[in-house]
Amino acid sequence: MEVDKKEEIASDSSEQVVNPWEVSAKDGGKIDYDKLIDQFGCQRLDESLIDRVERLTSRQPHVFLRRGVFFAHRDFDLVLDAYERGDKFYLYTGRGPSSEALHLGHLIPFMFTKYLQEAFKVPLVIQLTDDEKCMWKNLSVEESQRLARENAKDIIACGFDVTKTFIFSDFDYVGGAFYKNMVKVAKCVTLNKAMGIFGFSGEDHIGKLSFPPVQAVPSFPSSFPHLFPGKDKLRCLIPCAIDQDPYFRMTRDVAPRLGYSKPALIESSFFPALQASGENGKMSASDPNSAIYVTDTAKDIKNKINRYAFSGGQDSIEKHREIGANLEVDIPVKYLSFFLEDDAELEHIKKEYGEGRMLTGEVKKRLTEVLTGMVERHRMARAAVTEEMVDAFMAVRPLPNMFE
Amino acid sequence: MGFSKDQLLSQLQELEIDYSKYEHPPVLTVEEQAKYVSSSEGALSKNLFFKDKKHRYYIISAMVDTKVDIKVLSQRLGLGKGGIRMAPEEALAELLQVSLGCVTPFAVVNESARDVSLLLDQKFKNQTRFIFHPLSNDVSISLSTSGLDKFLQSIGRDPVYVDLEANANPVVGKDQPPDLAVYVPSNSVVVPELPNKTPSAQAPPKNVSAEKTKPVASPKPSKSTGNVKSVVQNSGLSVFKNPDKFVEEILDKTSALLLSEVKGENVEALAETLRKRLTSEFTHLAVMYKNIAYSEGFYAGTQCQPKRQ
Repeated sequence: MEVDKKEEIASDSSEQVVNPWEVSAKDGGKIDYDKLIDQFGCQRLDESLIDRVERLTSRQPHVFLRRGVFFAHRDFDLVLDAYERGDKFYLYTGRGPSSEALHLGHLIPFMFTKYLQEAFKVPLVIQLTDDEKCMWKNLSVEESQRLARENAKDIIACGFDVTKTFIFSDFDYVGGAFYKNMVKVAKCVTLNKAMGIFGFSGEDHIGKLSFPPVQAVPSFPSSFPHLFPGKDKLRCLIPCAIDQDPYFRMTRDVAPRLGYSKPALIESSFFPALQASGENGKMSASDPNSAIYVTDTAKDIKNKINRYAFSGGQDSIEKHREIGANLEVDIPVKYLSFFLEDDAELEHIKKEYGEGRMLTGEVKKRLTEVLTGMVERHRMARAAVTEEMVDAFMAVRPLPNMFE
Repeated sequence: MGFSKDQLLSQLQELEIDYSKYEHPPVLTVEEQAKYVSSSEGALSKNLFFKDKKHRYYIISAMVDTKVDIKVLSQRLGLGKGGIRMAPEEALAELLQVSLGCVTPFAVVNESARDVSLLLDQKFKNQTRFIFHPLSNDVSISLSTSGLDKFLQSIGRDPVYVDLEANANPVVGKDQPPDLAVYVPSNSVVVPELPNKTPSAQAPPKNVSAEKTKPVASPKPSKSTGNVKSVVQNSGLSVFKNPDKFVEEILDKTSALLLSEVKGENVEALAETLRKRLTSEFTHLAVMYKNIAYSEGFYAGTQCQPKRQ
């Protein structure tokens, strides 16, 4: 159900701000996700949907679903209904390649998308918005293209199957059927509406104004005639972080007018920065100590966690043993809830730490183990990605076995 | 040819088994079924179709609120903790000859299901009547336990009722053999993989034999894939195409070897742990391997010289 709310982007800190270019909490506090769901008009992802996913895919739901990392959706239930009837769908996700350094927060949508690809056995398109970053971050065209290719390598290292995945950069791919859809979408959105949704003003250059259709049209299968010929009714599911919602609200609004199905969304919360769960909504690529990077060594990871990860433990051991840790603000436990697969172990840690029997040091140690393992795996996979492999993933080619 | 719902219903009549029939739009879930068939007619059932690692199949038919814990069930059957999982769609069509959302105890009437083990919830015995699909999900029938028993006996099956919630923490050991092990079928069944199958859950099929569209060079592209000219593919090929299946094959062989060389339940538990912990790592490696192979082939393709005339 689309709720037509007045989308005023507040620029002062008395309201939380969540849009594709800025995420900040109210008065420097925590992001209120319930309010966000309410404001955006999307739905909560509840237990029954997760159970349904388990049933349909015959495997345990991904840890991000179990722990509520992906917590909101639009029409995911309709996608599941169609899937049960035998109507497949395709996945669409993307990245704005603004920096070479990828941190764990960046990997989250890709890890989840990979799981969706495997579990449902569906194809995937990945958009690298090099044009967007060129415009917003004032990078040169060449630099943004280079970053796009570098980021593609990290994305591939997450384990996507080349026979079911098409990666493209806007500078390379925009044109043809894709561009035709862009124009169709653009015709349906007035300047006033765009300014309302995205907060554009008279000072912004026209490149920015014309960007939203670029991110909208991968939701339509006819944008990819080499992949989905004749499948104009194929549904699209978009896993993304919730700050991308405005693009897709616009897309869903426009779709019926073009005779296309509305894309469905499955949305995640933000991965907190190391230092303080309160200060920022999400990790920032510009502050190296706010995040764990995929290029960090085991030593870096250990240091960062020990020194910068905000702890909910008490000041002294005695006080800690007495009242236990504050799990609400503790970053190591939060991180473990994202990345520790074993539900039972996580529960155990929360209980022991929350009741003061386990100390911060132990929790941090366990977290260091888990993250080091992840980063190592990623590094190994990344090393195996050759230039030929990137070319293959990005080649405009058919994917004949995409639903197997 | 699979039994049709009409054939089944006439069989029930012939056996003088009393039932009530409710027709409704095709439903795929218990929640939907509940909209059309009220609980005053009988207790709704949930019907699950499982498969174990040795390709043996089980139908579990239970009351909707009975807790069916797959892990516990697997242990009670003597298959270790991760021994069973939901059966794939092809098996539904091949063995039970019903469509998605239509698993029912009646499916065992088919010859193809002769090796499928049927376990019924003990709690059914406390109900006067309960509700199943008679091989088609646009009809539900309610009948009594004695009616169901009579039917099963008429096709040479002993009705088996099990307390599905008992023994929630099974301890399986030398002195405590798994209590449901006797219900494991003696024969395994091979269900060939048909990757280019058109989806069988179309509403409502007149005869319920599922559409086993063997992919012969079909004139129109089949609905679920863009592949027009497909060759009949057997399960062997998909093991190499699919990283999941590839890894499952490797771990199957490893477990089998381990279990044949060393005896004991700790070994079984070890085999299970290995499988559980290694599956995701190995699949990751297999995907990378596949990607490299594809990329090398792709690159070679770009350098390919045209055939000499």
